Amino acid sequence: MNAAKFSLAPVDLAETSISELPGAAVAASERESSALAALVCDTAGQELRLLYLFRKRQAAGWHALSVLLRPEQRRVPSIVGPLHAADWREREIEDLFGIVFEGHPRLGDFVLHDERWREQLAPMLPSASLSDSAPVPARAWQPRSVLRAAGAFTMPVGPVYSGVTESALFLLETLGEDVLRASPRTFYKYRALEKIVENSKPEDALLRVERCSGTSAVAHAWAFAQAVERIRGLVVDARAQTLRVFLAELERYRHHVAAIREICESTSTLVATSQASLLEEELLRLCCDLAGHRYLFGAVTIGGVSLEIGAADLRRALDRLREIDRRLIALEESLRYSSGFLDRIEEVGIISFEAALSHGLVGPLARASGVPDDLRSSQPYGPYGTLVFEVPTESEGDGYARLRVLFSETKQSLRLLEQLVDAPEGAAPPREEPAVAAIGWSETPRGACIAYARLHPDGTVARLHLTTPSFANWLGFYVAAEAFAFQDFPIILATLDLSVAESDR
Amino acid sequence: MSNWVLRGLRTGIKSTRYPRSLERAPGTTPGLPASTTLGSAADAEALASVCPTRALQSLEQEVRVDDGRCVNCRRCERRAGARADWRDDFEWAHAPTPDGPTLELPAAFAGSLHVLVVDAGDCGACLSELAQLSGPYYNMQRLGLFITPSPRHADVMVVVGPLTVNMRDGVRRCYEAMPEPRRVVAVGACAISGGVFAGSFAAGDGVAGAVPVDLVVPGCPPPPLALLHALLVVTGRAAGAAPR
Repeated sequence: MNAAKFSLAPVDLAETSISELPGAAVAASERESSALAALVCDTAGQELRLLYLFRKRQAAGWHALSVLLRPEQRRVPSIVGPLHAADWREREIEDLFGIVFEGHPRLGDFVLHDERWREQLAPMLPSASLSDSAPVPARAWQPRSVLRAAGAFTMPVGPVYSGVTESALFLLETLGEDVLRASPRTFYKYRALEKIVENSKPEDALLRVERCSGTSAVAHAWAFAQAVERIRGLVVDARAQTLRVFLAELERYRHHVAAIREICESTSTLVATSQASLLEEELLRLCCDLAGHRYLFGAVTIGGVSLEIGAADLRRALDRLREIDRRLIALEESLRYSSGFLDRIEEVGIISFEAALSHGLVGPLARASGVPDDLRSSQPYGPYGTLVFEVPTESEGDGYARLRVLFSETKQSLRLLEQLVDAPEGAAPPREEPAVAAIGWSETPRGACIAYARLHPDGTVARLHLTTPSFANWLGFYVAAEAFAFQDFPIILATLDLSVAESDR
Repeated sequence: MSNWVLRGLRTGIKSTRYPRSLERAPGTTPGLPASTTLGSAADAEALASVCPTRALQSLEQEVRVDDGRCVNCRRCERRAGARADWRDDFEWAHAPTPDGPTLELPAAFAGSLHVLVVDAGDCGACLSELAQLSGPYYNMQRLGLFITPSPRHADVMVVVGPLTVNMRDGVRRCYEAMPEPRRVVAVGACAISGGVFAGSFAAGDGVAGAVPVDLVVPGCPPPPLALLHALLVVTGRAAGAAPR
């Protein structure tokens, strides 16, 4: 590929050099108060390209810095000092591409666990020999303790622990009563999604993107489909756009009810858990009835949707949803006056506005700390620009604020769904020029998902990178889980609503 | 102060009547493709070729379904031209091979079965369906089925996900920590065949790569009713589907 011809739709791209990188990244983040949205590594012939993608927070638009690395260049200055949001993103690229980010405080043992994989494997490089990547007992891994005090010890929780939970390891450092520091070790679930989609048709890659996060499949599929549509110059007709919004908002509603159920469960508020669980199952049935799948897999396709749903079916689904909503509001009212419940989630796992901003948190998590970011309104995609809705925010940044944001967002989703049923068909969006590479994005139930895609000339996938909301939001765990009582741990986890699968990919 | 007790009572009993009678409420199962006989061998071949995970094989005019590979994308059902038949049942669990060892646990387990759930790279959907089992609609506890946090107390290990390399040790160690007799249930296409992740260098082609599997539950994800059925099969209270 001719490096000079690289373009990334619809991003304002600027080249920079390794030496100028940290300064340029800081300047880019200050331009119209932008947030670091993604850090992508891609191959460019014999060279590697690092893309620092920024999302404008005040106006629509994306811009990016591109840095080309010659084959012998494998050291790049870290930007994690001024931009905390780059922390995990740099660690990921270090593990998967073998690029060392100089100045990063903790590289190594991240995606590829030390006790399983040999060092310097760099599996995402085209030259990586994965045939001999059979796990070798490289060296034993020892958790690193930061707490130094007489009697201090580390309590490991996971990767297999109680109940029906995702695999992740938590190291809780304590002196006995309170947990003073908690650090997660994730990527137990690393399935190398981005590697196995290489050279496959985008239609088949889409199935894997959906299963990156099974509980928000529509939104993830939409982000990826959007990127491919942009590369191919495909126009999605207005009817398919409407159905995409309908399914995405239904998915958001269902996800939020599930998240509310988990918060109730973590506080052992049993009746509320059952009530939310009833609503969740009814929503799953509604989805299955409407689109043939309880988690709406297979609905979004490249270029549209795989099924036609008539106006009468949409109206019927909406009627059922209104009935569910009536009961959800009743549940909310009961929880609001349940002091035993409120005592458990108020002032738990606090994330300040400043921390949410500097760590680049997204979704309901960030909105509960007062960051009003929502890609549906800040970077409108599909028909969202023509629909009326609000972005609810709270300011406390604690567990209760996060719960309130979830409840408020279900109301906005219902409001959006109501506008779709009788909406006149809007005009199809203008056709865009085909491009070599593109990004697509969507506001998933947990926050912003950004898909970067580059296709080979034969139409197969050359590179896919997903920046998922949970991957961004795990940084919030470090902030929220500081100095807390042991019994608050499940509550903090539940209110953070982090998906391990979505982050590990 | 909200009166939770009253609220709970007013809701009434919502539990499904399954296994006493089959649950037919719409939306409880997404179904699976069924073996289909078509008009011509060419039609059968064309239909089998749309499957992204090679779950469909054509044999002359017939299209057979390898349900452990099906990821429920519905391409074979939503295409133009000849389509696969669709089955709307849910009693899908079966032994991985026709001539395996005895599946059912001794009769003492029929009224009390403790299940350890291990996530080996699941996308979230199978776990979400497992979580529904404890909810009012499926209410697994009424059948003497319980989720346990420790492998030491587990009779059955339910594994979801394609078995990632980073979780292989964890799955094996859980299995070794379980008392005998013990059974392993592979839940979902990923755990059975790797599903859409088959062939990944970081994930295996199913749970059988680490521990012996006694029962598989097809589906992507299998609905809660299919999971209930599977656990009843392990206790000998329901018959499994015919193995392929």
